[in-house]
Amino acid sequence: MSAAPDALAEQFQYGLAAPICLTWELTYACNLSCVHCLSSSGRRDPRELSTAECTALIDELERMQVFYVNIGGGEPTVRPDFWELVDYAVAHRVGVKFSTNGVRITPQAARRLAASDYVDVQVSLDGATEQVNDAVRGPGSYRTALRAMANLAAAGFSGFKISVVVTRQNAGQLDDFAALADEYGAQLRLTRLRPAGRGASVWHELHPTADQQRALYDWLVAHGENVLTGDSFFHLSGYGRALPGLNLCGAGRVVCLIDPVGDVYACPFAIHESFLAGSVRAEGGFAGVWRESELFATLRRPQSGGACASCSAYDGCRGGCMAAKFFTGLPLDGPDPECVRGHGAAALAAAGEVTPPRPAPDHSRGGGPVPVTIGRRRPPAHACDESPLAGFADHVV
Amino acid sequence: MSTEAASGNPFDLDLPWCLDDRVAVRPEPFGALLYHFGTRKLSFLKDTTVLAVVTGLAEHPSARSACEAAGVTGQALPAYQRALATLAGSQMIRQRPPAPRRAPR
Repeated sequence: MSAAPDALAEQFQYGLAAPICLTWELTYACNLSCVHCLSSSGRRDPRELSTAECTALIDELERMQVFYVNIGGGEPTVRPDFWELVDYAVAHRVGVKFSTNGVRITPQAARRLAASDYVDVQVSLDGATEQVNDAVRGPGSYRTALRAMANLAAAGFSGFKISVVVTRQNAGQLDDFAALADEYGAQLRLTRLRPAGRGASVWHELHPTADQQRALYDWLVAHGENVLTGDSFFHLSGYGRALPGLNLCGAGRVVCLIDPVGDVYACPFAIHESFLAGSVRAEGGFAGVWRESELFATLRRPQSGGACASCSAYDGCRGGCMAAKFFTGLPLDGPDPECVRGHGAAALAAAGEVTPPRPAPDHSRGGGPVPVTIGRRRPPAHACDESPLAGFADHVV
Repeated sequence: MSTEAASGNPFDLDLPWCLDDRVAVRPEPFGALLYHFGTRKLSFLKDTTVLAVVTGLAEHPSARSACEAAGVTGQALPAYQRALATLAGSQMIRQRPPAPRRAPR
């Protein structure tokens, strides 16, 4: 796949009429307590959206033509109305991908899932071996995931996803994960460890080393579009060739997060009041937040590359991930903490003992939006770019 | 870019085509987004002309006539033929039976 075309990336920077997809954390309740949980999940929030509020939100997503929602949590399947909501979304042509640790993927549930084109499943697995997985996700979680995978395979659900957060401990297991995916007729999805939620506490020990990052990049380039990434490794495009995908921070422009109580954040990795755009419970609903939030308007304005503007890798990495910078205490207009040129590591070392912002699981607080700056405006599109399709047409999402 | 779809056949402008039933089209200021619920693939139409071509396919006896109706003729045609080939290769659009004419959805 060729480099991301400037013309469309340019358009996307200024936001879309509606998100392409959005992440919807249905509940903070979870049977596990993974050390790196983005949403610090565990206990259900009593203010969770009701079934009626959820179906009303789906109606709104249908009106906005949001193609699909990534449902997560917590463990979304523990909500008693989970299957009802999936059926409702599908009936309203809002596709569903949901992430699960597999606890409720019984043979019966697997058969039900296999029957629909409009539902996709991501089983989370953070080690290709029980030892590596369970150290992060907790005792028994590997077996739970593999049982779910076996049930899905037996039900004939081909192409479900095995979703792996790449860590220092499993970065050497990429081929093993690929083999597991083949064995179960699944597709491998690798995503970046973010220092969000509980992940902020363990990021320094769990995030891949510089050498592992380089090996990961080479592996991703070699495997192309057969491996999904949710575009999460665009900071690695600073190595040279762009990875498949949009290669830009989509926060508030292409994606966003709706949390269990209806709060809307710029992205799933930024559950903090600095990135809180509004609530679906407010008068304008979700559409009002998407279209009128001051925070989102700020994110969609032309950006300055700040400290990164003069770097030759900037066109590839675009300064990296806003959330990764924020939760490691780095300035948002500087390098990503995992900058491939090492500028992030240097910045972290220079910052010394500065305490980074803490993830904020208290969703009752609605601080005003904080202006943030990420990435600079792209150069104008090439005049000779004549194809009416984008160069990354057929991007698999 | 090749003018050939994944099947290896050149894209035939003179056949009748239509959007796949499982494809959703969402207009955007720059053109449109297409999403295929079966393949879970996303495509981006970079201008409103190609959007007009694609959405007009089902109402015209051939892709060529859908192009003409959208103002795409002469030297502009090959680029749109390539775009249609790409969309056919990813199952976003498909051939429809030549007759009887399919009613617009």
